[in-house]
Amino acid sequence: MSETPILTLENVSKRFIRRLDAAEKLVNVFGADRREQVVHAVDDVSIAVKQGEVVGLVGESGCGKSTLGRVVAGIHAPSEGRLLWRGQDVESASAELQRDARLKVQMIFQDPMSSLNPRMRVRDIVGEAPRVHGLVSGAGVKDYVDDMLLRVGLDPSFRDRYPHQFSGGQRQRVGIARALAVKPEFLVCDESVAALDVSIQAQVLNLFMDLRTDLGLTYLFISHDLGVVEHLSDRVVIMYLGRVVETAPTDELFREANHPYTKALLAEVPRIDTRKRKFQPVKGEIPSPLDPPPGCHFHPRCPFAFERCKREAPALKEIAPGRHSACHLNDGG
Amino acid sequence: MAVTDAGKTSPIEAAPLPAPPAEAPLKRFLSDFADSRLALGAALLLAAIMIVAFLAPVIAPQDPYDLATVSVLDARLPPGTENFAGYTHWLGTDGAGRDLLSAILYGLRISISVGLASGVIALFVGMAVGLVAAYVGGRTEGLIMRVVDLQLSFPAVLVALILLAILGKGIDKIVIALVVAQWAYYARTVRASALVERRREYVEAAQSLGLSHARIIFRHILPNCLAPLIVVGTVQTAHAIALEATLSFLGVGLPQTEPSLGLLIANGFEYMISGKYWISVFPGLALLLTIVSINMVGDQLRDVLNPRLQK
Amino acid sequence: MNDAPTLQVTDLKTHFFTKAGVAKAVDGVTLSVNRGEVLGLVGESGSGKTVTGFSILGLVDQPGRIVSGSIRLNGEELVGKPEADLRKIRGRKVAMIFQDPMMTLNPVLRVDTQMIEAIRAHGDVSEEAARERSREALVRVGIPSPDERLQSYPHQFSGGMRQRVAIAIALLNEPDLIVADEPTTALDVTIQAQILYEVQKLCAETGLAMIWITHDLAVVGGLADRLAVMYAGRVVEEGPVDQVLDAPLHPYTRGLIGSVPSHNRRGARLSQIPGMTPSLLHLPEGCSFAARCPRADDACRVMPPLEGFGPSRAARCHHPFTAENDGQEIDLTFNE
Repeated sequence: MSETPILTLENVSKRFIRRLDAAEKLVNVFGADRREQVVHAVDDVSIAVKQGEVVGLVGESGCGKSTLGRVVAGIHAPSEGRLLWRGQDVESASAELQRDARLKVQMIFQDPMSSLNPRMRVRDIVGEAPRVHGLVSGAGVKDYVDDMLLRVGLDPSFRDRYPHQFSGGQRQRVGIARALAVKPEFLVCDESVAALDVSIQAQVLNLFMDLRTDLGLTYLFISHDLGVVEHLSDRVVIMYLGRVVETAPTDELFREANHPYTKALLAEVPRIDTRKRKFQPVKGEIPSPLDPPPGCHFHPRCPFAFERCKREAPALKEIAPGRHSACHLNDGG
Repeated sequence: MAVTDAGKTSPIEAAPLPAPPAEAPLKRFLSDFADSRLALGAALLLAAIMIVAFLAPVIAPQDPYDLATVSVLDARLPPGTENFAGYTHWLGTDGAGRDLLSAILYGLRISISVGLASGVIALFVGMAVGLVAAYVGGRTEGLIMRVVDLQLSFPAVLVALILLAILGKGIDKIVIALVVAQWAYYARTVRASALVERRREYVEAAQSLGLSHARIIFRHILPNCLAPLIVVGTVQTAHAIALEATLSFLGVGLPQTEPSLGLLIANGFEYMISGKYWISVFPGLALLLTIVSINMVGDQLRDVLNPRLQK
Repeated sequence: MNDAPTLQVTDLKTHFFTKAGVAKAVDGVTLSVNRGEVLGLVGESGSGKTVTGFSILGLVDQPGRIVSGSIRLNGEELVGKPEADLRKIRGRKVAMIFQDPMMTLNPVLRVDTQMIEAIRAHGDVSEEAARERSREALVRVGIPSPDERLQSYPHQFSGGMRQRVAIAIALLNEPDLIVADEPTTALDVTIQAQILYEVQKLCAETGLAMIWITHDLAVVGGLADRLAVMYAGRVVEEGPVDQVLDAPLHPYTRGLIGSVPSHNRRGARLSQIPGMTPSLLHLPEGCSFAARCPRADDACRVMPPLEGFGPSRAARCHHPFTAENDGQEIDLTFNE
């Protein structure tokens, strides 16, 4: 590859372990069988994001997409694997570089209420980090904050208000201004428009697109809403129970998905253009991430599953230039 | 309303806000608090008690600590009696001939000071411990919380009694004993709400903005834990006052020369049978009014500050 | 066939009397649902769609109350009925499904206990018969191994399964009408499709009437027969689902449809409605959408009536997009 990706995940896994507490250890002594619960929230995921690209990350609950986003944003450290920022391993870098790399990746959260500190005024929410990091002088903070608010389409006179005095869409804009204030190059958007009304959602999506052109931002756009992802992304990554099952350029994925799970997902997205349709749901429930099925995680729900799917987890293989899928059917089985 | 700025493409959202903007939080808090007439009455009573207690040296008719003005000849006069100096003891006098009204005012001052001082110190100790436990988690949290559990499993009176037996008498000693007996309540309260706050997205946002741990704990998490802390603080201060009265009543609290309400009650106790009720009953009433009004204010604070009850 | 609608709501007003003033959450809603029909009640937050649903079931709590209007279920007037009578009607003739199924389910009781109780509260049925009916209801909403599931507690079900149980409970007494308030919003796409599939089947098979309250045009587009679009406490447009979605009359409906990403060219700016929903405490005089509307003029200072357009459609607008004056220019207006 000629160009170094802005951000690379190499075989990243993230496990959450709920250890036994004293009482459970005690009952184990008396013969009970309490075990530590391990959730493989993210299981051996490799993704490279190019400068200026918008990557959509799609999956249902429990697929690990939010955890992956938090690993990328530096909120969680990966249990295994490496996170590279412009080709440099973040973990082994100097403290200064580590801090820089972390600031370059910012996150926009789902819940516009809980993602803003209710006891802080907007000017502090937006201005705190740049002041702490010396990006702006104490005297220049006010102008800097005003700039950021203008940038996200808020009236600068709102700077003295508290979050509860804003509507949902405005709060989300404050969250975006807070992220932009540390001059990031990469935004992780975790279901950032899911909690907003349709008309407000459109306003915020437009803002994201404007920021992309104005500031040259790169995005990891996490959503369960395929319509939103289709609209915004250059490339889509589909996850199921912690693993990537398919990645493809957006056009190709929506034209012809390869993985049976992607197909099911695409078929079931309600679309405004399909009326009085016959819903043909994929059977079964999403298994608990505590106890995922062996082999291919999707096999109990897959209409094409065969013997091998129960035993062996399919690897993510290139099926066409720029397209990857993890399905045994591609091996000509 | 889509104002398009020259260079920028984003429309400015300048639409008026639904609620009238920037209603001062303090004003809203006060108006919510005043919703209950009873609580408002209790708050006013409490304020009055505090004022007369702290102005005791100015408004009390007699200085009960000044042995020169106290005459044993005046001992145990019933309420409303005029003494030889032509002065009326409206609440009577105690066994040592002190004017009871003055003694109560001075006693209140000591009781409330001790309660407040121990409450504030315990609050800060407990707050720091609880915040660290919640934020650090893991073994540290486990260890701290076991100590808290251990502490809470002993009755507060017992803890204070043992400490005072070792330390001896004196205002500073009793404050120390009360702090030790109470910090754990604060630690548990702060930890519980800090645990909830720590999982909120604004803390994750602060982490990804590269802010220091100290900053996140004290500037972001702490201000959101204050509401329950204030409520517990109020109730615990009432407890501290009652506890101090108990200890003084048992004779392990304050020295005889500086009687708090508990000591006054204890002093009058032996005369109860002989019908000289006032020496115990009036200080008792003062103690009761103080504690009840603090508790009522605390109850209303809990209702007003509870985020689940807010709109 | 009986022509009278199962539910007829006329000029319903439900207001909330708060400290800050009177919030007119529902302010003159008129709608009807026929047998076997799914009415999609669409609106954004604060549009009054949920309060309308609660009003129909008589579940509006203090400080809110129904101020005026009429709600007729099979011709029987519900407004003004004493609470005891309403309780008999709830769960027997009308049932509600909530976004959170735990609003219906009691976490400490087994599913069979709850279902049998719900049946026996409304009729003299033996326990065995009630259990059999509960079992059938679970089968009807597509729950596998119903006997085993009857013995479970709500927490042993996944979110989607819990919602199915809530639907099964709503179905127990074969109500005439079900009011469903965003029942699939919290569910994943594949699970949502399963529920929509079951609901569609039920309405077709049993002649049940349903009001499906949602903010998601795409979901009702696939499910509903008719749509009613609400804005700031009023129905602004109503009609058959195809007509409303393909040729919306009201500028708000048009803006709403334009905001859906899949309806736009990929990567293009979405057409957005400027501004935001007005506060229900301070509604403007006249049309409440006027401040955000590209077509608004002086005429809009007077509240437009809900006017009929053809046999089955209605809109509350002085300047609707009818066949004569329709044009593409409007999408551009919204885009600016």
